[in-house]
Amino acid sequence: MFASVLSAAILGMEVREVAVEADVSDGLPTFVMVGLPSTQVREAQDRVRTAFKNNGMRLPPRRVTVNFSPADIKKEGAGFDLPVAAAVLAASGILTPELLDRVMVVGELSLNGEIRGVSGILPRVIRARELGCRYCMIPRDNLREGRLVRDILVIGVKNLREMVDFIRNPESFPEPETEEGGEETEEEILDFCDIRGQEQARRAAEIAVSGFHNILFTGPPGSGKTMLARRLPTIMPELSFEESLELTKIYSVAGLLSPEKPLIRRRPFRSPHHTSSAQALAGGGRVPTPGEITLAHRGVLFLDEMPEFSRRSLEILRQPLEDKKIQLSRTAGTYVFPASFILAAAMNPCPCGYYPDMNRCICTSGQISHYMGKISRPLLERIDLLAEVPAVPFHEMSGKAPGESSAAIRARVEEARRIQTERYREETICFNGELQGKQLEKYCVMTQDARKLLETAFEKMRFSTRSFHRILKVARTIADMDQAERIQAHHVGESLSYRALDQNPQL
Amino acid sequence: MSLRGGTIIIEETVSEEIHLIHRESEGYPLRLRELSGMPKSLYYKGKLPADDQPTAAIVGARMCSPYGRIQAFAYAKFLSENGVQVISGMAIGIDSEGHKGALEGKTPTFAVLGNGVDICYPASNRRLYQRILRCGGGILSEFPTGMRAKPGFFPARNRVISGLADLVLVVEAKEKSGSLITASFALEQGKAVYALPGAVNDALSRGCHKLIYDGAGIAYSPEILLAEWGIVPEESGPGLEKSNLGLETDLNLVYSCLDLRPKSVDNIISETGLPPGRAGSLLTELTLLGLARETGRQYYVRQQGAAAKFP
Repeated sequence: MFASVLSAAILGMEVREVAVEADVSDGLPTFVMVGLPSTQVREAQDRVRTAFKNNGMRLPPRRVTVNFSPADIKKEGAGFDLPVAAAVLAASGILTPELLDRVMVVGELSLNGEIRGVSGILPRVIRARELGCRYCMIPRDNLREGRLVRDILVIGVKNLREMVDFIRNPESFPEPETEEGGEETEEEILDFCDIRGQEQARRAAEIAVSGFHNILFTGPPGSGKTMLARRLPTIMPELSFEESLELTKIYSVAGLLSPEKPLIRRRPFRSPHHTSSAQALAGGGRVPTPGEITLAHRGVLFLDEMPEFSRRSLEILRQPLEDKKIQLSRTAGTYVFPASFILAAAMNPCPCGYYPDMNRCICTSGQISHYMGKISRPLLERIDLLAEVPAVPFHEMSGKAPGESSAAIRARVEEARRIQTERYREETICFNGELQGKQLEKYCVMTQDARKLLETAFEKMRFSTRSFHRILKVARTIADMDQAERIQAHHVGESLSYRALDQNPQL
Repeated sequence: MSLRGGTIIIEETVSEEIHLIHRESEGYPLRLRELSGMPKSLYYKGKLPADDQPTAAIVGARMCSPYGRIQAFAYAKFLSENGVQVISGMAIGIDSEGHKGALEGKTPTFAVLGNGVDICYPASNRRLYQRILRCGGGILSEFPTGMRAKPGFFPARNRVISGLADLVLVVEAKEKSGSLITASFALEQGKAVYALPGAVNDALSRGCHKLIYDGAGIAYSPEILLAEWGIVPEESGPGLEKSNLGLETDLNLVYSCLDLRPKSVDNIISETGLPPGRAGSLLTELTLLGLARETGRQYYVRQQGAAAKFP
């Protein structure tokens, strides 16, 4: 007898539906799997057979053939155990094949018939809804994640018996109550008010978040670069539900969701260690999984001690910084992952960290230029803002009133972003940081004074065209924060003060 | 290039532009000939310092502060404007600033190297190397062409620097610094030694302060150096510092807050009470006016340049 059940394979961020077909026919009792299953999927046969035996379901001693269709894509992961089991049960007459019509099944089996959670549930359920499935059967562990999708019935099953019971008799199945995750108001631990002083760096951080600009913090060790960067997500506008879902999808594919609170509500803050490889950042593997830059999507990618990263790791950031996505090509195909993040980087001004404090710095000029030279010019040119984080003397640190809170800053950021959304509603971009080419001319309208100032600066400071654009973009954001329609001279002036110096100033 | 029996040769040309001169020959700097332990022969490109013109050496730390940098430049410029030849070692830091300042004046400047004169060391000073030659100055060395610098060569080079000068000005030096070696050579050779004072807590000024304690002159203004030769300084433009620049209020506020020591923008913000964005904008404006200079990332110093009316 023949039976077929729907499942899905994940290729990068894409979900491809896979029909799992089974046939039980006369012949020597064997279990054959065809249709390009990977080793993990091939092993399903042993799990399925043993699980059947341990649950008192006997496979007839006949020839079992399982096929995965389409046959040209490689099927990976343990999520195919359950569809294989369902298809085989139907093909051997234990279940009626019609009951499995338009049903998507995903899950991993253990030998005793328990069903285990797998990664990538959310995108599969979304795909099932698109395909018009009747319902989706997933592991109980993933139920909360699956239920994030509205308008489709999602069933979480714990073991093989439950699966069979439900398929046979959906009405009588006791609905496990999943209490809504609720508005758990977790204590916000990080807040900008923890930072005292550092007025200029705070301002730069606010500009960076308002206009989606990349930012580089420099300063001596312990001055608060990391502290500032960690607080960047706290002043970013809250995620919309669509954004949340998008992020949850990414984290689901990466297998990083917590079963209790699957929905990602906070902007990600990813801080990969400087020993991270290029693959770890970009996404690696034969079928790539999301890398750090994708996990930082809609949030902040923080590179602490940037010069310590290997050149190779840093250089892969260049394309994603421009395109807001990363395209990885493998023999099996091309995979695109979203990567729209704010790059926040931190570095010391020299190997010992104290330059230009000549009383403490022990580096030679050669060492300093070597250190600065570790970050390539093209990458540096993609960083719009440079913020110096000087060491704060103790009397200031203890004396000063706490700084402005994240909530107050966020309110301003939201306002500046609203202006940008309004302005770019006919464009594909959303923020000033993404302005390119012609758009710059169109949207960065300056007053006469501003233009003159910029011209003078251009002549005197001799920066590159790309730097020029960078300054313009930041000036646009500063003007938006000021709610000014045209960019004025003092906006340009301020923007110039954050310019990442094109070269080491004094060596 | 042959040196065998070189005593008779007056001046032999090593290559198109590199000259070799011997101690006994005519044209060998008189200041060196009078001293013992000076090189038997000198290689040079361009010219040698004139014997009849006042000469000052400006030396100091490689890793110097913006304060030292600015002062070295200003002192050298002033000396050069008043007809003093400035000699230094073309190292990075104070040496380079001394040469650069001197190039702004009207008198040629001379660099004494610790390697062959055909090698520009440090290579980053290539432009300076060319400028010194183009402005009628010279590059000289006791080491043959093609010879690379070795650690022991620098103290040897320093004795030539002090030997060529009438006066040695140490701008910035840590307690253990090559510049102090130059100063002690100068004392042995009977030259005047001046040191530029700095802040007492500044490690880069400790060497200078120690020199002053040991009896060196205090170079509190460039004019007092001229007094060594009895030169009366040429009348320069009106002192900009005192004159009102006619800046608008906020600009003036920030300008008056600036100092010769680099200040971070945060410092300026807290001293002036201006909002951070505004302060950054004003500092940019001052920089473009030539009244401030960014010496490090977002550290500013006051610049006493001419304020070209902006824009």
